[in-house]
Amino acid sequence: MSAPVEQPGKFPFTRGIHSGMYRDRLWTMRQYAGFGDARETNNRFRYLLDHGQTGLSMAFDLPTQIGYDSDDAMALGEVGRVGVAISSLADMGQVFAGIPLDKVSTSMTINATASILLALYLAVAEKQGVPWSKVSGTVQNDILKEYIARGTYIFPPGPSLRLIADIVEFCAKEVPGWNTISVGGYHMREAGCTAAQEIAFTLADGITYVQTCVERGLNVDDFAPRIAFFFNCHMNFFEEVAKFRAARRLWAHIMRDRFGAKNERSMMLRFHTQTAGSSLTAQQADNNVVRTTLEALAAVLGGTQSLHTNAKDEAIALPSEESALLALRTQQIIAHESGVTAEPDPLGGSYYVEAQTDRLEREAREYLSKIDNMGGMLKAIESGYVYKEIYRSAYEHQKAVEKKDRIVVGVNEFVSSKQPKLKTQKIDPKLEPRRRKELAALRKKRGNVDKYLAMLRTSGNLMPAIIECVRHYATVGEISKVLRKEFGEYRATHSI
Amino acid sequence: MKVLIAKAGLDGHERGALVVAMGLRDAGMEVVYTGIRNTPEQIVASAIQEDVDAIGLSSLSGGHMAQFSRVMELLKKNKLTPLVFAGGIIPDEDVKKLQKLGIREVFGPGSSIASIVEFLKKNV
Repeated sequence: MSAPVEQPGKFPFTRGIHSGMYRDRLWTMRQYAGFGDARETNNRFRYLLDHGQTGLSMAFDLPTQIGYDSDDAMALGEVGRVGVAISSLADMGQVFAGIPLDKVSTSMTINATASILLALYLAVAEKQGVPWSKVSGTVQNDILKEYIARGTYIFPPGPSLRLIADIVEFCAKEVPGWNTISVGGYHMREAGCTAAQEIAFTLADGITYVQTCVERGLNVDDFAPRIAFFFNCHMNFFEEVAKFRAARRLWAHIMRDRFGAKNERSMMLRFHTQTAGSSLTAQQADNNVVRTTLEALAAVLGGTQSLHTNAKDEAIALPSEESALLALRTQQIIAHESGVTAEPDPLGGSYYVEAQTDRLEREAREYLSKIDNMGGMLKAIESGYVYKEIYRSAYEHQKAVEKKDRIVVGVNEFVSSKQPKLKTQKIDPKLEPRRRKELAALRKKRGNVDKYLAMLRTSGNLMPAIIECVRHYATVGEISKVLRKEFGEYRATHSI
Repeated sequence: MKVLIAKAGLDGHERGALVVAMGLRDAGMEVVYTGIRNTPEQIVASAIQEDVDAIGLSSLSGGHMAQFSRVMELLKKNKLTPLVFAGGIIPDEDVKKLQKLGIREVFGPGSSIASIVEFLKKNV
């Protein structure tokens, strides 16, 4: 039998970015968590770390993600629901109480307000006495997919890209261990796109960010090694393994050939994976453990650098402490008992996996050249093309399920009439009024912050001004309000 | 039959809302979709402007009790009586509360478009 021509750790990294992969170092087990207020989230973080989790992944509530404080009228009903409510340095300090920031890496799912949350994180590090050179983590900071699929945009694309480049530039100098962008395909896949579309649209977003930073005058090899990716892992097992391989191969070529990168680290596609939330079912929720296990296995065989495994109750609610632990244990069993970590890219050379890899690369290239012909990803997004492609795929999927061309166990086949009751995570209904009181007290105690907020009106890099604001307890909502006035707000005009 | 599919609150999950909107349209209904991020006031204003027979409210972020209650309150205030149904991630105990507020049916994860079409044809 002939060995595959490509080798792990060698350009174009189809078979993995390291030569030894998990033989040398396991992936980071990073469970996305956060809900309620800072205290509750601090408890869940410490619980996960105590049970062997190796990195943190922070979920914010929608008001925080869209730049509203917990006491804003727009926050009605949303405070602490899908993540933790963070308005000021007081909240952020509480989340990381007893968690030294030089001992843990933290990934933050934050986009439109990424610069503010990064500033808060750095301000917490200062308070803990940890130098910025010792902190590590990630901000998602990927606004383009928000316009397409996730929806937490605030500003129009122009100023949004400026904020992204500000973070990239600032961290290259001040926070060298920080991953400045996590270019995500996850949410587009959740919204319904195919595996080939996930690769193409994600890399097209990545190309736009690299292009933006190059146009600002940054040297590609100075920032590209800190750009990471974030993919979904869905149920079609071999196609998913092949997807990661094809994405690595494509990105390596794009960085070398399109952007002239010289440093191999700029060409390596490093990525986080989350198993597919949209594959989970509310019916027979225990089955979700099996789905997640298969997906997690595909992510590992595809060479992921970090992994979130979904909890079985996530089609119904936020994970309970018990279900979150089972999800973490799933990864630990794959890592320490299954034996799949013994060899990098163990499926490399399989006829089927190699053929799927080539097919996905070809299909993604076709999408990429189509997008280039439209004038780039920004134009493709603004014209509604990407959005329509995704929702057309989602609708086709739904029709296939309803016609039973696709079987979903427990939903359209093998249905049980009896549904066991799940104990789900609840959000305290008194949280919202409590937050309003806390914020009123904070504003009274800290006094007027207008002179710091005025620093935000600059054409230079905004990071230093934002950091100065949060140090003096200016809130996420107050800073966003100034920027909303400066930049204007984006309004989607999509129709069906 | 004219149906308004509406996303309430700050929630950006619109796959379900869009797929239902497309499905109802293919079933011969006239469908207006609000897009994401609407206040209850905006939803009711759209319902008045479009003169719809039914409103489908979608939320997956947990804000449904606050937002849907407010929509029902505003409909009542404006003396409007469209058929209101809902979908998304809504816990069982909230389904009963929403039904008490006058929301006729809640379609959770895994619901088929066919079942929603049948429900609307029967009740509007």
